[in-house]
Amino acid sequence: MRISAFLLAVVASGPAVAATITVAPGGDAQERLQTALIEAKPGDRLQLSAGRYALAGGLSLDVAGVTVAGAGPGKTILDFSGQKGEGEGLLVTSNDVVVRDLAVENAKGNGIKSKGSDGISFLNLRVEWTGGPKASNGAYGVYPVSSKHVLIDNVFVKGASDAGIYVGQSQQIVVRNSHATGNVAGIEIENSYNADVHHNVATGNTGGILVFDLPDLPQQGGHSIRLFDNEVTANNHTNFAGRGNIVASVPPGTGVMVMANRNVHIFDNDIADNGGNAIMLVAYRNAFTDRNYNPLPRSIVVRGNSYSGNGAAPKFPGGAQIAAAVGGTLPAVMWDGVTAFSVPGGGLAVKADGAIVVSDSPLLNLNLKTQGASPDTARPEVAMMPAMASAREPAAIVLPAAQEARAKGR
Amino acid sequence: MTRAAGLVALLLLGAAPAPQVDGARLLADDPAPLLSAYGLFADTGGRVPAAGVTRYTLNTPLFSDYAEKFRYVWMPPGTSAAYADDGALTFPVGTAIVKTFAYPADFRAPNAKLRLIETRLLVRRATGWVPLSYVWNAAQTEAVLKRAGARVPVAFVDTRGAAQQLDYAVPNTNQCKQCHQQGNDVTPIGPTAGNLNGGLDGHGANQLMAWTAAGRLTGVPTTPPRLARWDDAAAPVAARARAYLEVNCGHCHSRAGFASNSGLYLQHDEPDPAHQGIGKRPVAAGRGSGELDFAIASGNPDASILLHRMASNEPGVMMPQFGRTVAHKEGVALIRAYIAELK
Repeated sequence: MRISAFLLAVVASGPAVAATITVAPGGDAQERLQTALIEAKPGDRLQLSAGRYALAGGLSLDVAGVTVAGAGPGKTILDFSGQKGEGEGLLVTSNDVVVRDLAVENAKGNGIKSKGSDGISFLNLRVEWTGGPKASNGAYGVYPVSSKHVLIDNVFVKGASDAGIYVGQSQQIVVRNSHATGNVAGIEIENSYNADVHHNVATGNTGGILVFDLPDLPQQGGHSIRLFDNEVTANNHTNFAGRGNIVASVPPGTGVMVMANRNVHIFDNDIADNGGNAIMLVAYRNAFTDRNYNPLPRSIVVRGNSYSGNGAAPKFPGGAQIAAAVGGTLPAVMWDGVTAFSVPGGGLAVKADGAIVVSDSPLLNLNLKTQGASPDTARPEVAMMPAMASAREPAAIVLPAAQEARAKGR
Repeated sequence: MTRAAGLVALLLLGAAPAPQVDGARLLADDPAPLLSAYGLFADTGGRVPAAGVTRYTLNTPLFSDYAEKFRYVWMPPGTSAAYADDGALTFPVGTAIVKTFAYPADFRAPNAKLRLIETRLLVRRATGWVPLSYVWNAAQTEAVLKRAGARVPVAFVDTRGAAQQLDYAVPNTNQCKQCHQQGNDVTPIGPTAGNLNGGLDGHGANQLMAWTAAGRLTGVPTTPPRLARWDDAAAPVAARARAYLEVNCGHCHSRAGFASNSGLYLQHDEPDPAHQGIGKRPVAAGRGSGELDFAIASGNPDASILLHRMASNEPGVMMPQFGRTVAHKEGVALIRAYIAELK
C-alpha cells in the first residue's frame, strides 16, 4: 500500500496521496504502533482499530501532517497502566498533526503532549486516570507547550493531578466543546498569547478555568485571552496536587482564576455552585528575581456572566472571615487589589497598566496594594459595579482554514 | 578537500591502510538493516574497530544504567573535524559517531565475559545528523536495526558483588532525536572540545592534541576549555557537579533543547542562578515535584526537586525521562554534595 500510494502521488504530481496505515491491538502493540509512528510519511493516516492497546512505554510522533485516529474515545484505548518509562503517553513534536477519536488511560506522566508543534489538533479524545482523582495520577491530560495554532475540540479529561487541559507557552489557541472534571485545574492557559476558551464544561475540579503567567520562562507576559460561553460549575474538589506545583495553591471552590495576565476578557459564562470565588483575580504571590516579569493581573474585563450558588464556603485563608464580614456569601468576583510591585534589582514600584473592569457583579477588593503583601493585611471592601470602561476585546482566534478543515473531516 | 588532496593527506600520515569502512553505505538514504554492512568493525563481534575508526573517551560521560560504553568516530579519508568552542566539534559530512553499550557479567572483572547490547550510530549526512540503533543478537555475531527501540533484560554483578537485574531500554528513533535535538537540528552531544580535552581513558595522550597531530582536527586554540571529570576527587565539587548536570541533563535542559519550556538550563556555564534551578519553582513538573518547592534549595538537598527526580525510578517522576531505568547512586551523591555546599 505504501509503495503504490507513493507512486500515485508522484504520477499525479498533485497533492500527495495519503496512505492509511492500520494498526490493531494485540501482542507487540508497542513496537508495531511505534514503528508505524516512525515510518509514517507526511499526509498519512494511522488508523488505530478498536480495542485496548497495552503499552509498556510512551509513544512518540515526529512526522509532520500525520493523523493518528482511533475508532472513538470509548473504543480505541491506549492503556498505559503498565508504563515503564517516559514522561507522557503520546508525545508529538511535528507540525500539522491531528490526534483524534481515541482514549489515553492511566499515563504515568502526561497524557498527550505536543512540544514545538505548529498546527496541532486534539479532537474527540478522552484522557482519563481511571482510579479517580489521586495525587499519584499524571500531571496533565492534554498538554500542548511551546506550540502554535493549537486546537483542542471535544476533549474529555478526568483525574489529572495538575491540569486536565493545559496549554503552556503557546500562541493562537482554541479550546472548545471540551469537558474537564475531577482534575486539580480543569482548563489552564499559562504563559500563552491569544487564546479563545469557549463552550467548555469545567465541573468537579478544584479550580475550573485558570489563566496564569509565571516568571523565568522562555515565553511569558501572557495576554489576549477570551473565556466565554463556558459552564463552570461546582469546582469544589479537594486540591490533590503535589505541593510545590503552582496549582497546589488553588483553593477548592474556585470557578475562574486569573493570575498575572494582561487583557483577559471573561464574559457570557455560566458560573455556578463554586464554594469560593466564582472569579478570582490575583497577582503572583511568590518572590521572584526575573526583571522581565509582571506579576499583576491587568486590563481584565468581566461582563455578562451569570452567577448562582457561588461563594458560600470559601476555602482560601481568611475566606470564611471575609465572607462573614460581607454577609455570609462572597460576591462573585474577588480581586486582591494589588496594583504595584517591585522590579527585582530596580527597586521601582510599578503601577498596573490597565484597569480591572467588572460590570456584572459587585467586586470584593482585598486592597492588598503591593505584590507579596500578607493576606493578613487585607482590608476587604465591596465596591459598587464600576462604570463600563472602554477596554478593547481581544480579536477572535482564527486558526488556519486547513486546520479547521482537518477538524471537520474524519 | 579534493580526492587528490585527500590522498596526499593520507600519504603524509604515512602507511595508512585502505579504509574498510563503507562510507557510501553510511550516506545512503536507507539505513542498513545490519550493522556489519558499514564495515565499522574488523571482527564480526563488534569488538575491534576497523582501520580509521578512532576510539575516544569523555571526561564526563552520560550515565546509562551502568552500561560500559565504547565510543568511536570515523571520518571519511582526508577529512577533518573543526574545533568549536560550544557544542560538539563540527564533523564533516560522512562522519559516523559510534557508541556501543555493553555489560560485563561481573563489574569486578570488567574485561571478561562482556555482552554487547546495542550499538548506536549518528551519521552526518548532507542533510544533517541521522540517529540509528542496532541491537546485538544473543550469539554476539550481528546487530540488527531497531527503529522502534527495544527492551532487553540484563543481569550483572556490580562492583560491590551484588547481583543486579534490569530491563535495559534501547531508545527508538524519536527518542534519539529528542535528546540530540537543538532547535531544528540533530547534533552530537558528547564530543565537545571541553569533554574531549583530556587523556584517552583519562591518562593517555590528550585527545584534542592527538587528533590535531593526526590531521583529524583543526583550529584547536592554545588553551581549549576543559570540562571537569565528574569522578575526579581532586576537582572542586561544583565543577564536577555542573559537568555532570550538563552531560546528563543539559542536552534537554537548554534554551534550544526539548526541555526549553522548563526554564531550567543545566549547562556548566549557565550564569543565571534561577535558570540553574537555584530557588526556582517548578512549572510543569506535576507530581515530579515531590511535594517540594524548588528545583535546587541551596544547602538543602532533601528539599531539592532536581535531586528527587534524579533519585527516582518512577516514570512521570524520574529524570531523565528515559535513557536509564535505575538511579545513578554515585551521580546522586555528587549532586547531593553540590547542593549541600551551596549557600
